[in-house]
Amino acid sequence: MPIVCATGCGRGIKTMFKRSALPVLTVLGVIIALWYAACVPMNSAWTAQQLARSGATMTVTETVGAAWSQDRPRLPAPHQVAVELWDTVVMKKITSKRSLVYHGWITLSATLLGFAIGTSLGILLAVGIVHSRAMDMSVMPWAIVSQTIPIIAIAPMIIVVLYSIGVQGMIPKAIISAYLSFFPVVVGMAKGLRSPDAMQLDLLRTYYASDAQGFWKLRLPASMPYLFASLKIAVAASLVGAIVGELPTGAVRGLGARLLAGSYYGQTVQIWSALFAAAILAACLVAIIGLIEKVALRRMGMRQ
Amino acid sequence: MIYVVFAVLLWVSGWMLNVRLANGPHAQSRSIQLLVPAIFGLTILLIWELIVRGLSVPLVILPPPSMIAGRFAGSLPILWQDFVQTFVKGALSGYVIGCAAAFILAIVVDRFDFLRRGLLPVGNFMAALPIVGTAPILVMWFGFDWQSKAAVVVVMVFFPVLVNTVAGLRDTSDMQRDLMRTYGASYSQTLMKLRLPAAMPFIFNGLKIATTLALVGAIVAEFFGSPTRGMGFRISTSVGQLALDMVWAEIVVAALAGSFFYGAIALFERGVTFWHPSQRK
Repeated sequence: MPIVCATGCGRGIKTMFKRSALPVLTVLGVIIALWYAACVPMNSAWTAQQLARSGATMTVTETVGAAWSQDRPRLPAPHQVAVELWDTVVMKKITSKRSLVYHGWITLSATLLGFAIGTSLGILLAVGIVHSRAMDMSVMPWAIVSQTIPIIAIAPMIIVVLYSIGVQGMIPKAIISAYLSFFPVVVGMAKGLRSPDAMQLDLLRTYYASDAQGFWKLRLPASMPYLFASLKIAVAASLVGAIVGELPTGAVRGLGARLLAGSYYGQTVQIWSALFAAAILAACLVAIIGLIEKVALRRMGMRQ
Repeated sequence: MIYVVFAVLLWVSGWMLNVRLANGPHAQSRSIQLLVPAIFGLTILLIWELIVRGLSVPLVILPPPSMIAGRFAGSLPILWQDFVQTFVKGALSGYVIGCAAAFILAIVVDRFDFLRRGLLPVGNFMAALPIVGTAPILVMWFGFDWQSKAAVVVVMVFFPVLVNTVAGLRDTSDMQRDLMRTYGASYSQTLMKLRLPAAMPFIFNGLKIATTLALVGAIVAEFFGSPTRGMGFRISTSVGQLALDMVWAEIVVAALAGSFFYGAIALFERGVTFWHPSQRK
């Protein structure tokens, strides 16, 4: 969205704050307030049980305080999650089994490997699709149909099959990640490579450009906005793939394993902190792709 | 070995047939456009069968399609029971609740500009997050049965539908809104007669994205605990028993359910947004 600076740019930052930051912060504040409020009814059942057992009574403020500081609450309060995140990310050594950085890295490395494989295969297939009519007509309908299928259902099978032939650790998770990131890239990239209009293609033909020249000088540059849009979807899907890939085997390392272990042992604070770590990771990955997109498109002279 | 040679021959001949059909004079006709992918799919299935038999791939790695089809036909009652548990009870009810809630919130958000500016970035952010991760929490809260699966689905479909509906409601031009104002139309009249119809392509886009998410959510949530039925449950236990033909049969069910669900929404979209350029013939 182009923002025209008509009324003088000095007020730019202030109006931007008013236009976007203030509403977002308000909404976030309301969400956190609701969260704190929800903790009370969710957690006070346990407190009431304890009280009934000991026969003591509690004032309202004490009940609320107890609801916000339980050891294994049904819904941990925001500050408990924040403290756990701080403890496991910053305070622990990153080689420690209890450090979220360690678990996050396990998941992230599988995500990135899978993302790289899936994206390169996707781009190659898209190039093939654009250049061969037969390939386009044979493969494209299946690529589109496959997006309506819950591909994640085959994740457990990939893990077990690869385990039975001796492959384990990062590779199976990376394959699931690659599989999930593959199709968005194929569809987006094929669309992008086709985006030059007839006029532009005709111009190249009048220049007597070969197919290869047309590809490198017109189709590939024109496809970049589409590619980056699908890369953002693909990287988020890769992370989901890596996390889900850790579930079925009872893996002990990685963010998915933290989720699973937390749900086995009722460690709700651990689940929530793993969840937030995954969310922060996803946001960072998407933001990095967005940054690369911005720089690349600006250098190519395409304004976003 | 003869099977493998046969598979290679089949691949070459199938591919040549497709090349000929795709570059032939009737390539644009509808029947050819359906025939080419059908030939491709059939060739892949046959090659799969031949390779698995020819190289005698162990069943715990890849069962041949004929065996999967046999297992599919032989265990229809189990598959149907799993389908009802996961799709009808879990995914579908969660989908309806989640989409309805998102739609209503979108209308409220759209009414108040402040809310829109605040909620839309948050919603966009949430839509990119690995929300499946909430599954263990929701299973803990709502128990092992379908209610927890529906809850996961609600959370998963909520943000894409919200973001798309809000974007759609803003998709009218100033000129169109001014026209409604000159007619003296009230807010609700403008909403019903102009802005909601104009938003429909966006809303359906969100609804279509949500169909896949709904199935993914319902299946993955079952990995965290479920009663002894359901597609996710069956997949994870059959994988444990190395009964891969059963896993594949469930995957076929999931694929069919996903495609039909998407197809139903797309068909519904065609009926509602018949006026839109993308739907015109």
